[in-house]
Amino acid sequence: MFEYAPAPESRSVVDLKPSYGLFIDGAFVDPTDGDSFKSINPASEEVLAEIAEAGAPDVERAVRAARKAYDKVWGPMPGRDRAKYLYRIARLIQERSRELAVLESLDNGKPIKESRDVDLPLVAAHFFYYAGWADKLEHAGFGSNPRSIGVAAQVIPWNFPLLMLAWKIAPALAAGNTVVLKPAETTSLTALLFAEICQQADLPPGVVNIVTGAGDTGRALVEHPGVDKVAFTGSTDVGRAIARSVAGTRKKLTLELGGKAANIVFDDAPIDQAVEGIVNGIFFNQGHVCCAGSRLLVQENVADRVLESLKRRMAQLRVGDPLDKNTDVGAINSAAQLERIRELSDAGTAEGAERWSPPCELPERGFWFAPTIFTGVTQAHRIAREEIFGPVLSVLTFRTPAEAVEKANNTPYGLSAGIWTDKGSRILWMADRLRAGVVWANTFNKFDPTSPFGGYKESGYGREGGRHGLEAYLNV
Amino acid sequence: MTATTTSARSELSELGRSETALRTFLHGLPGVDQVGAEQRAAQLGTRSIKTTAKAQAIDLAIRMVDLTTLEGADTPGKVRALAAKALRPDPADPSCPHVGAVCVYPAMVPYVAEVLRNSGVHLASVATAFPSGQAPLEIKLADTRAAVAAGADEIDMVINRGAFLAGRYKEVYDEIVATKEASGDAHLKVILETGELATYDNVRRASWLAMLAGGDFIKTSTGKVPVAATLPVTLVMLEAVRDFREATGRQVGVKPAGGIKTTKDAIKYLVMVNETVGTDWLDPDWFRFGASSLLNDLLMQRTKLTTGTYSGPDYFTLD
Repeated sequence: MFEYAPAPESRSVVDLKPSYGLFIDGAFVDPTDGDSFKSINPASEEVLAEIAEAGAPDVERAVRAARKAYDKVWGPMPGRDRAKYLYRIARLIQERSRELAVLESLDNGKPIKESRDVDLPLVAAHFFYYAGWADKLEHAGFGSNPRSIGVAAQVIPWNFPLLMLAWKIAPALAAGNTVVLKPAETTSLTALLFAEICQQADLPPGVVNIVTGAGDTGRALVEHPGVDKVAFTGSTDVGRAIARSVAGTRKKLTLELGGKAANIVFDDAPIDQAVEGIVNGIFFNQGHVCCAGSRLLVQENVADRVLESLKRRMAQLRVGDPLDKNTDVGAINSAAQLERIRELSDAGTAEGAERWSPPCELPERGFWFAPTIFTGVTQAHRIAREEIFGPVLSVLTFRTPAEAVEKANNTPYGLSAGIWTDKGSRILWMADRLRAGVVWANTFNKFDPTSPFGGYKESGYGREGGRHGLEAYLNV
Repeated sequence: MTATTTSARSELSELGRSETALRTFLHGLPGVDQVGAEQRAAQLGTRSIKTTAKAQAIDLAIRMVDLTTLEGADTPGKVRALAAKALRPDPADPSCPHVGAVCVYPAMVPYVAEVLRNSGVHLASVATAFPSGQAPLEIKLADTRAAVAAGADEIDMVINRGAFLAGRYKEVYDEIVATKEASGDAHLKVILETGELATYDNVRRASWLAMLAGGDFIKTSTGKVPVAATLPVTLVMLEAVRDFREATGRQVGVKPAGGIKTTKDAIKYLVMVNETVGTDWLDPDWFRFGASSLLNDLLMQRTKLTTGTYSGPDYFTLD
């Protein structure tokens, strides 16, 4: 006893069309050369829809539409009027949040309880938050008359499709810019539903444009001479290429790249809550989180105890149908990503780390990877250095606070870190020394629109969220 | 049982000998982060339990109910009626299981015992100067012996919260040991009155203290103070019984009591048991609900599941 009966969320709230065009100048249009690709449900490999692939001429149209809207409508519009549109969008997101959450889970593979309880509330909160800034830009601390930049080219990843869209679009519009956004090719559907919301909100045509496609579309957009600002969230490799292509132009650039965060557990930590934090740090969203706590640094004298608790807790994780309300861990977003996770995990085994997963049955179809931990990992292992972007945790140990700081910082990345201890003074001491954009204390993976987010080193530059997030979209 | 467990057990049994050893041990337990514990409890509360799982859960919850009346106005007639209901919660449906126990004041035990004889329904009685516990030890022990002599096979005792909060752990420990002894073969449920302990750290310490002293069950509340059982408090107690069994090999039961009124709430507790300590505790021998009004809601939901329609409150007995 206690097998939970299936509790699937209904798909009927989502009205999927067989095919989607590009969203340019306020309307859905066909791509110039008619190319398209399929978007599939990673949990079942079922084809969800055909999506248009934007080529260079389509990007050209989108940038031109954004430019026109910037010059004629959105740029000159008073902040208080821009705020009204943003508030309207935020409210529509709330009204349609069930539909958006179900579609997000279908398209991305993430559990409905996360898209419903985490993603969507945050998406709406970002629009509400930046709506509040739209008429108060002169009070943001960037001078008395901060000006918008112009047309922003935004390229977002597949791990939080709607949330990343909100992080990009909300501050850009609040600051008076217009945007051309390219969602990831595996998760375009909710961005297209967001386009419908823009129409529903009567947003002036061209203020938000969405071009779908893969890397080539993204490159055409980023390299387009008509854009004034580039914002990218994704892998460090692509980020580097973008930085190279933007170098020497007048375009402003912010990059939000990978991470290999340390989650540091001291011997006086509240163990049960620390274990929850470790689980949330790495298995939330299948580990598809750039700030995931993928390196557990645990003080050696409590390592056995923490690991035992962690394994027991991991055995309770329910892996399976993302639309089941009781699912904790959903599907890996794509075959390619699954392959990458497998390759790096195999490297962990080959290099001598000890691999463990709880017994769990994975569905036959779709892309699945059981929650996995590696113990006996050292800084010399690939799995301790490279971002895996999957439900795979590497466990290392340390003896002293100084050693914890040293090991935590010994990475090319620096996006986030976590500290678990009952000692407040140690939290402050550690936070001062950790080279990471976000340091969580006795919690992990907490997000809030008022709080800036961004990285050190290869995790990128610029900040999103909060007052700081406006700076990237203003000429200051 | 492994050798380490045996030695850990003997080490732990030595703790009660000195105030210092007890204090050092209890304050050395891992802390509880309030925000984290409450968040986890809330998360477990969002599980969606439907159809067959719900039916199973309802029957289990009924078997776990300690059907309780603890009023100054209790009479033999009232407790007899309650005991009759404990045996046949739903007269219209013989497939409905009986509850776990009936819980009454010591003076009412004989009347309940007559009804429950050999039925499999346990008879619990609150002793030790319930609910305040503010009486001399001798009186508390006499209270306990009287309840057992009258036929109670489960004793619900309250700890001395004043002594606990003042840090006199050994005093609390000794009282539990003495009450356990006075209970004889009856199962001892130790009420921590978590609403008065104020912090989760205290709840964890009191849980361990009660288990070290020999309690068979740890119970949240008397139901007589404003804050009774909550999900986070029960979570901390479940973690304590889990860790205690790991350290000693001995399993201790958990009983949230007070304020659990609906099937929805009861199922949240069962989910928490399932995902914190596992199926070993999903049994009336190891988990109980101290409740008076929960049963009727369980019965109503049970009928809804079998017939597809809700019946009004008049279709279920008042007692």
